[in-house]
Amino acid sequence: MSSFNPTRVRADVPLLHRQVHGRPIAYLDSASSTLPPRAVIEAMDRYYERHHANVHRGVYQTAEEATADYEGARAAVARYINAPGGAEEVVFTKNTTESFNLLARSWGASRLSPGDVVVVTEMEHHANVVPWFQLRDSHGVEVRFIPVGDDYRLDLSHVDQLLEGAKLLSVTGMSNVLGTRNDLAALARLAHDHGALFAVDGAQSVAHGSTDVARDGIDFLAFSGHKMLGPTGIGVFFARRSLLEAMPPFLGGGGMIADVRTDGFTPATGVARFEAGTPPIAEAVGLHAAIRYLEGLGPDAVEAHERELTRDALERLEGDFDGRVRVVGPRDVVDRGGVLSLDVEGVHPHDVAQVLDQHGVCVRPGHHCAKPLMHRFGLAATARASFGPYSLTRDTDALIEGLGHALSLFA
Amino acid sequence: MAPLDDLYREIILDHYRTPRNRGELPTPPAHRVEGFNPLCGDEVTLYLELRDGRLADLKMTGRGCSISQASASLMGAAVKGKSLEEVEAALERFRRLMTVTETRLDDGGEPEPLDVRSLGELAALAGVVKFPVRIKCAMLAWTTLAQGLDEAAADAP
Ligand SMILES: Cc1ncc(COP(=O)(O)O)c(C=O)c1O
Repeated sequence: MSSFNPTRVRADVPLLHRQVHGRPIAYLDSASSTLPPRAVIEAMDRYYERHHANVHRGVYQTAEEATADYEGARAAVARYINAPGGAEEVVFTKNTTESFNLLARSWGASRLSPGDVVVVTEMEHHANVVPWFQLRDSHGVEVRFIPVGDDYRLDLSHVDQLLEGAKLLSVTGMSNVLGTRNDLAALARLAHDHGALFAVDGAQSVAHGSTDVARDGIDFLAFSGHKMLGPTGIGVFFARRSLLEAMPPFLGGGGMIADVRTDGFTPATGVARFEAGTPPIAEAVGLHAAIRYLEGLGPDAVEAHERELTRDALERLEGDFDGRVRVVGPRDVVDRGGVLSLDVEGVHPHDVAQVLDQHGVCVRPGHHCAKPLMHRFGLAATARASFGPYSLTRDTDALIEGLGHALSLFA
Repeated sequence: MAPLDDLYREIILDHYRTPRNRGELPTPPAHRVEGFNPLCGDEVTLYLELRDGRLADLKMTGRGCSISQASASLMGAAVKGKSLEEVEAALERFRRLMTVTETRLDDGGEPEPLDVRSLGELAALAGVVKFPVRIKCAMLAWTTLAQGLDEAAADAP
């Protein structure tokens, strides 16, 4: 039994103690970036105050400590996602976006030929779209999209056709606009049945439930530290070992080589091959602390807490405003995370967010880097509220109050 | 941060709810120009009819936030029928109005030394500068107008 207590989590997050415009902050933008608990901030401080040195280079005491910290973080990530091959399957990057670029430029560019097919979905973040279009332009691969149905879920009615000849199916674990969670195990089976590999954008899903690459049959996984209570500047690229070993380096420079001569170079073996230059060491330490913190909360407890908040918010948003506030996303809370994209009648999302700000409420207006999805639903933008482990019903209260104000101001 | 009323003045809400000069003009003779704000999806399309050194007629379509659409409507009302010199001068005044200076951010003070009276209704947008993220929204119609005038001048025989 986890001892999950959202009020205690809130107390652990320093930023949630401040006020904005004379009101307590109601942070509802965790889908953009989560707020770190003190444990993460202190771990990074401690690292800089006591252990900092470059990694994999010096042999003095602190260099050994820094290297141990950095590699310890890698082991923690491997455990957190249940990587079957352990830490040797975990590459540190800058963020989800860089992880997808690594996948496209390294695996994609070396393995795909003109006419090969990569299948993504209409609900992907641009991070899982643009690198594939770049590969289309440079290597002639074909990019196909699984459509999203009117129920805001993947429409799999023609998926067999779409997957014909596919080398990769790359899908988000959870939509950062709709909140829809995808059935990763089922999609992995579909991909594998068609001879394709299966990649997952875990940016949203890793912090709001459990992730198990072994159980779900995930071949590649990308996610960001800053969306899971960790720091910015660090991301993860997971690949099954046999795949990773066959991938050429992406970025070149120090740290990723076995040998450099005047006539060429030999890349390092293992994950070092993908980590050119000085890596984000303090950020790895922070990510490690974030993982420990999340494990302490219990991913299932976090998911259940956010589901309850979402159920309550859905009910009130639809009930309190006579249909003038529409939630763009599934109505039920089955296979759905705590992301609420709002379309407010007569009020542009930008104005919604501006009025909410005066109530201390932080939401994000815009297209959320998911333009294909916005086109699909004929929207230029939405105002998105999203929950984190530290969210409470009183955040929803502030949201509802602010929405009432926005509606009356623009009436 | 400044109070919300500084941003959403009644004139702005009025122009947002009831935008002026909506519609299209036949092209040619009018010149059509589009502007986008990719971050929030604001759009403005202007139809500019230049005749005898004047902006003889102007219409617009678009969608977006209150600030972008009200600014477009206020702009149209301010520049329609004016000589090109007057239009250029209005553009320049508006650019200055939307320029963030340190002192203005510090004390949220008045947009000196610009004479707000010379702006007429446009002065209602002066508060936008206290919300720096929204400056782009207010500028959209104006940068689109500047682009359209340049293009029309380049097209002219
Ligand atoms: C689903 C999804 N994928 C990818 C990203 C990109 O993450 P990052 O900006 O950390 O690379 C985000 C975050 O905006 C996201 O929500």
